Amino acid sequence: MRHNDIGAGLGRALRTVLAGLALAGATTLACAADYKILVPAAPGGGYDQLGRAVQAALQANKLADRVQVNNVAGAGGTIGLAQLINSSKGDGGALMASGKGMVSAVFINKSPVTLANVTPIARLTGEYEVLVVPASSPLKNMADLVAAYKANPAAVSWAGGFAGGVDQLTAGMIVQAIGGEAGKFNYVAFGSGGEVLAQVLGGHVTVGLGGFNEFAGQIKAGKLRALAVTAPARVPDIDVPTLKEQGIAVEFVNWRGIMAAPGISDAQRDELVKTVTQMAKSDAWKATLAKNEWVDMLMTGDEFRQYVEAEQKTVLKLVNDLGLVKR
Amino acid sequence: METLNALLSGFAVALTLQNLLLGFVGVTLGTAVGVLPGVGPALTVALLLPATASFDPTGALIMFAGIYYGAMFGGSTTSILLNTPGESATIVTAMEGNMMAKRGRAGPALATSAIGSFVAGTIGTVLLTFVSPFAVDVALKFGPAEYFSVMVLAFVTVSAVLGSSPARGLAALFIGLTIGLIGLDSQTGQARFTLGVPELLDGLDIVVVAVGLFAVGETLYVATYLNRGVDTIEQMKGSIWMSKDDWKRSWKPWLRGTAFGFPFGCIPAGGAEIPTFLSYATEKKLSQHSAEFGKGAIEGVAGPEAANNASASGTLMPLLTLGLPTTATAAIILAAFQQYGLQPGPLLFDTQPELIWGLIASMYIGNVILLALNLPLVGVWVKLLSIPRPLLYAGILIFATMGAYGIRNSWFDLALLYGIGLLGFVMRRYDIPVAPVLVGLILGPLSEQQFRRALAISQGDLSIFVTQPISATVLAITALVVIVPQAWRLVRRMQADAIGHHSPI
Repeated sequence: MRHNDIGAGLGRALRTVLAGLALAGATTLACAADYKILVPAAPGGGYDQLGRAVQAALQANKLADRVQVNNVAGAGGTIGLAQLINSSKGDGGALMASGKGMVSAVFINKSPVTLANVTPIARLTGEYEVLVVPASSPLKNMADLVAAYKANPAAVSWAGGFAGGVDQLTAGMIVQAIGGEAGKFNYVAFGSGGEVLAQVLGGHVTVGLGGFNEFAGQIKAGKLRALAVTAPARVPDIDVPTLKEQGIAVEFVNWRGIMAAPGISDAQRDELVKTVTQMAKSDAWKATLAKNEWVDMLMTGDEFRQYVEAEQKTVLKLVNDLGLVKR
Repeated sequence: METLNALLSGFAVALTLQNLLLGFVGVTLGTAVGVLPGVGPALTVALLLPATASFDPTGALIMFAGIYYGAMFGGSTTSILLNTPGESATIVTAMEGNMMAKRGRAGPALATSAIGSFVAGTIGTVLLTFVSPFAVDVALKFGPAEYFSVMVLAFVTVSAVLGSSPARGLAALFIGLTIGLIGLDSQTGQARFTLGVPELLDGLDIVVVAVGLFAVGETLYVATYLNRGVDTIEQMKGSIWMSKDDWKRSWKPWLRGTAFGFPFGCIPAGGAEIPTFLSYATEKKLSQHSAEFGKGAIEGVAGPEAANNASASGTLMPLLTLGLPTTATAAIILAAFQQYGLQPGPLLFDTQPELIWGLIASMYIGNVILLALNLPLVGVWVKLLSIPRPLLYAGILIFATMGAYGIRNSWFDLALLYGIGLLGFVMRRYDIPVAPVLVGLILGPLSEQQFRRALAISQGDLSIFVTQPISATVLAITALVVIVPQAWRLVRRMQADAIGHHSPI
């Protein structure tokens, strides 16, 4: 029976695929991983890139035998945060990618757990925000933007990502610095950096905000004009004046780093800090930074813990000022 | 001429043994994941991403693109044979194609979607080659007001997929609109209908809802009602190939579907679903066999299938020229670019011509391979129906479960999947169509956000929708879609009256 042959062949093929999948699953589960990095976002985003880069650099430097990356996406990273806190207490091998966005998401989402519940290990990378307008815009610099805002605040639309994300925080800080009210400016949230890019290029909004890398190609191609970058001082490779240079006392960096599980011993923590520092100073890591155009922002141990505490206070005040947390 | 030279050098890249092989693997894998409900191209590329980090970027991207458009070919097979869309873009195909299969015309249905996909994919690639810069300029003219007007048009034409009973269809549509509200409001960051469950903050995943309604719901239904008595699988009747009449009824829908799909692929948030709905509505209007719609009209398969494939090619245009992902899969392919330290954008054509043109050339080749994979093998796919039902549905359930769990390794999504599956079962039991739920779930949140963005930009001035030329044009078309059929009916009735009352007064 020809029909049955084909059916059997398909069945066999299906079984092979399933066996392969099962095998792939079994190998990842079976090996006792030295480190598990929880990525609190879907594959492809900033946390995912960081988590996988750390995985690669730890392995390249033989600092770990096995590093397993696990994506737990949702609610700005707070689902992953809750999972780390609930299921890895005291586990010295459990790490999580984290960053400024998560600090804000904790407040916006009224998350029962916060970054105060985890053990900060190291800040690794950062990205500065830029403000961009289309090349055809009459706004040439921040002074023009400030003048436009003061003339008619509601007429200036600021486009960026999701409400309460790093783009809106940046815009809010700028509005406050130029004497406006953070809760009352015309912020328009879009789904992704790509959408913001298209809206700015099409001239549908006054000004767009986003990470420098998101706009770099269009800025270099001359289709977008960068009004300002949120760095504290001029950055090599970014030929854009800072906000401070233009008389606006705002700096902002969208940092990302590594946290460990709660309840680990001091010895475990010190060991992790040592390992991650070694990794961050390796040539393999420097090459990763260069390839992704990430700014090296290494900060470890106690210094980083205090930094995270300070960040939580600043961001909480900001999201309150922005009117994002209703009580 | 310059483009042609670039394309020729692209073929030189795509025809190397390694890239040819990767392209073949990509389209075959794509067809497979398209066939399997719940396992989509986005998930597949995401799973493969870490494994391909050490690959040559050109080869890896050729494979990823192959998975993407291959899935559009494969998705139709599942829709037609099992009434379960393999992809959300094949929802319409599931309705019309499955009816054809039930009438013993699975062969022609599969053939018209394979050939239609090939035609659309190839035309789409030609368009991608020659009009990229121009189309990007057009896409940029779409602001929130324009998007909202397009959504209004989509809502109006949606009535075409509401099924035989408008009341039941609307009920389903509103179920979709309601569950679309769940999650954080992206303009204000406030939670809506999340009941304090953090997993609900991002809203319901469209994949989980689609797989739950179709795969799980259908499985439960079959298990409950169809397991007694004789097996109801239709034997293949007549030729599996398309008849002369089928060809005659298919070629125009193919071309029109392509015309819908490609531009929608290009615009952000356009996606492949809306053009399939529009194509279906159009074919129903234009067909001389409109009575057959809902009972298995070949036009209703040919048009939407061409539309979703053309949309896949269209998606690559803003992705390559702007770094603008317009679908979930495109977003992950963008991540793949970034994994290799490449930033898609207008500069990419200058800095990486080999990669870009190699990728585009590979799509011509990939479409031919896909036609060969899908058309002569149509018979093999049809044989899938002879797999005993319990095994088949058990398999579907396994893949649906794996797919839903794989999205974020969360038991919550599994509970959701089966909860929605139960809803799908109840809806099926009481003859409420499930497709409008998805339409509401997709269009509802999009249109709400665009509406509010447009009003934020215009500072609350509603006239923005009619003062912007593109938006006004789209709304005018919408009005025509509503008015013309009514007016036409009125004119016909008056003519009939005139003939009826022929006698002079």
